[in-house]
Amino acid sequence: MSTTTNPAANGGPANTDGAIRAGDAPLIRFGDEQAMLLESAVAFAREQSTIADVRRRMEMPDGFEPALWRRVVELGWPGIAVPEQFGGSGLTLAEVATVAEPMGRHLMATPFGSTQQFAQALLAGGSAALQAEWLPRVCEGAIGTVALFEADGDWDLTRIGARAVRNGETLELSGLKTLVCDAGVADALLASVSLDGAPALVLVPREALGDARLRRDTVIDETRRAFDVTLDGVRVPAAAAITGEAALVALAMIRACALLIASAEAAGGIAGVLDVVVPYLNTRAAFGRKIGGYQALKHGCAEMLVGLERSRSHVAHAASVIAARGDAEVALRMAKVEACEGLLFAGDRAVQFHGGFGFTWDCDAQLYLRRALWLQSLHGDAAHHRARLADRLLGEAMPG
Amino acid sequence: MSELEAFRREVEDWMQANRPPDPGFLLPESFMEVGTDAQFEYLRAWQRKVWEAGYLGMAWPKEYGGRSRPQAYQDVVDRTMARLKMPFVTNTIGLNWAGPLILAIGSEAQKKRFIPGILSADDIWCQGFSEPDNGSDLAATQTRAARDGDHWVLNGSKIWTSLGSHAKYMILLARTEPGSRRTAGLSYFLIPMRVPGIETRPIRKLTGEHGFTQTFFTDARVPADCLIGREGEGWKVAMLTLTFERGVSGGQAGGLSRMHIGVEDVVDLARRTRRNGRPAIEDPWVRDQLVRLLIEDQGDRLCAARGKIPALCSERPDAIPLSHKLRFSEHKRRLLQFSIALSGANAARWVGDAAAVDGGKWPRAYFNAFASTIGGGTSQIQANIIGERVLGLPKD
Repeated sequence: MSTTTNPAANGGPANTDGAIRAGDAPLIRFGDEQAMLLESAVAFAREQSTIADVRRRMEMPDGFEPALWRRVVELGWPGIAVPEQFGGSGLTLAEVATVAEPMGRHLMATPFGSTQQFAQALLAGGSAALQAEWLPRVCEGAIGTVALFEADGDWDLTRIGARAVRNGETLELSGLKTLVCDAGVADALLASVSLDGAPALVLVPREALGDARLRRDTVIDETRRAFDVTLDGVRVPAAAAITGEAALVALAMIRACALLIASAEAAGGIAGVLDVVVPYLNTRAAFGRKIGGYQALKHGCAEMLVGLERSRSHVAHAASVIAARGDAEVALRMAKVEACEGLLFAGDRAVQFHGGFGFTWDCDAQLYLRRALWLQSLHGDAAHHRARLADRLLGEAMPG
Repeated sequence: MSELEAFRREVEDWMQANRPPDPGFLLPESFMEVGTDAQFEYLRAWQRKVWEAGYLGMAWPKEYGGRSRPQAYQDVVDRTMARLKMPFVTNTIGLNWAGPLILAIGSEAQKKRFIPGILSADDIWCQGFSEPDNGSDLAATQTRAARDGDHWVLNGSKIWTSLGSHAKYMILLARTEPGSRRTAGLSYFLIPMRVPGIETRPIRKLTGEHGFTQTFFTDARVPADCLIGREGEGWKVAMLTLTFERGVSGGQAGGLSRMHIGVEDVVDLARRTRRNGRPAIEDPWVRDQLVRLLIEDQGDRLCAARGKIPALCSERPDAIPLSHKLRFSEHKRRLLQFSIALSGANAARWVGDAAAVDGGKWPRAYFNAFASTIGGGTSQIQANIIGERVLGLPKD
């Protein structure tokens, strides 16, 4: 049968919706310096995070090694998207995504993602004093994180139960924040609170918190560390608060940063699954042949690869839009949906394709399946983002 | 305004001014469904008009009828034609598969003889690859070509010959070495169709339309110089053809090759139809499905963009081109299957029924979508190719 698949002939018109295609800007930008950064990040993650390293670090209390974090700091990556005036490299979140993808592929455990969200929130909404105090420290290796979620697990970051009450020049905090990543090692966290009836962020240094307010969560992804943090009785200076419009801008930036890093890590994770499953299918034999020759398994792997290609493309686009300071909401949500669903599919099938071994703790496929569920759970799963995308791209649905 | 943008406006103006009148009958969806002489002549006249305006084969050399301009200009034309929903140009096999092949490896004489007629639509081309007993397995070709003096003598049968009833020439894969197996002993020919011993018989498709033929060769004699590439190396030439057909290689003359139905058309349909007493586009399930399709559609567009940046494809450079057909054709099939669900009870109607939504265009388009998931190597073959060539899994 004859059929054309010439892309020029079949590609058809781009969706004319401006939200999907913004003017004539290239859909993806990726410069030579980014290419060099990608190369070193790929090599670094491969060498510093072998599967043996990952499993060893899973058993450590903090989930990572200070020595590894020091190497990340020496490479300048915590400050990669921090302006040079604060000691950073002055690049953008696109470079953060470039570094995050290989980290996700090799399940590399460091507080890199948490610290990025902390720093970007300060850059977006923090006062000059907060920026001057904390951003240089981040570039030198200080660890930061954000405390957003609460007991009900709501993804809407502006519905906040925790409170800050003014008492002169002091803020008295109360309430419980949950699933605060890397709180055990963080030098400071930015917690969302309700202040004067509106969302605000307060910077809480580790010494204002103390150990007793932290309770480690038992989480599905054992390479990660998260904590419930009780704010009751914590006092910070009023100058530590980000309020009003600045707070909303900072919260939106945290969300954007979190979605981009999660998408990049998930895309990398799909590549990581293929690293695990393909060699197994090329080695294991059943009924007289290598099992990778069976189409039932081969076609599943082809589908993983298709998911990987689409995810990497969505992530590269979202990174380009965000770096150009465009409206990245659609690109970020699409990237999150594609990459996280792609990783969930890949992890799920990889467990299945390993047969009996896949049912054991020792099979590495389960590590990626856990990562997939972890990434789905934070900042909105695929169905959540598709509903938001529908409102944006198809018009609001009528209530009821 | 950039030069390309100015050109885009020029093309848009020309297309608007030269849109052919409504033929008064349902046009086929692609070159694979051209079933009547009236459809064929309408589309042939349209292609000639587009070519005479200078909008076809823009990147092909001037001396053979092209325009010797950068490919970007042809891409602008193709996108504009799709966006304005212009009729397609029907000589697709000549323009996009045979033409680039002849330009790549043909002799000077072959280029001079064949390329101008491909562009003007004077010479319609068809393809003789698939055979009745082997669909996607091209290496099982049995049609024979035996050398007899200044001629080749052809015997056997080809199937799924799009435009078979209208074609003047065929690209043909045949076995020239008796007793050879699989990819060895095959040769590749550019043959005339109107010679004694070649007969075509129309095939009726699942849509009820005609368009393909089965082609029978009974001691058909064609001149010796029909051979392209070396005798016995036809497999290599066929693989090169497939890189054009599958869009892996550039070099096609371009031109819109099918009626474009995209995800934006299905979104528009969802605004026009109703579900549970409201516009279908307000239904949560419809919204979720539409967004899935929008994400896939955007993903393929972004893959095309990323495919042009080597640093982002260095791990598996073949992954994007070799997965293109699978991604694109399966997306299209899902999109069109979903579109039918937007017609409520009227989804039960077929082409020709007065109350069928949009004349029955949606279910017909869904059925025709199988042409792309089956033709040119089924999706299952594509998944094998990805598994084996991109991921390095064992052969079947």
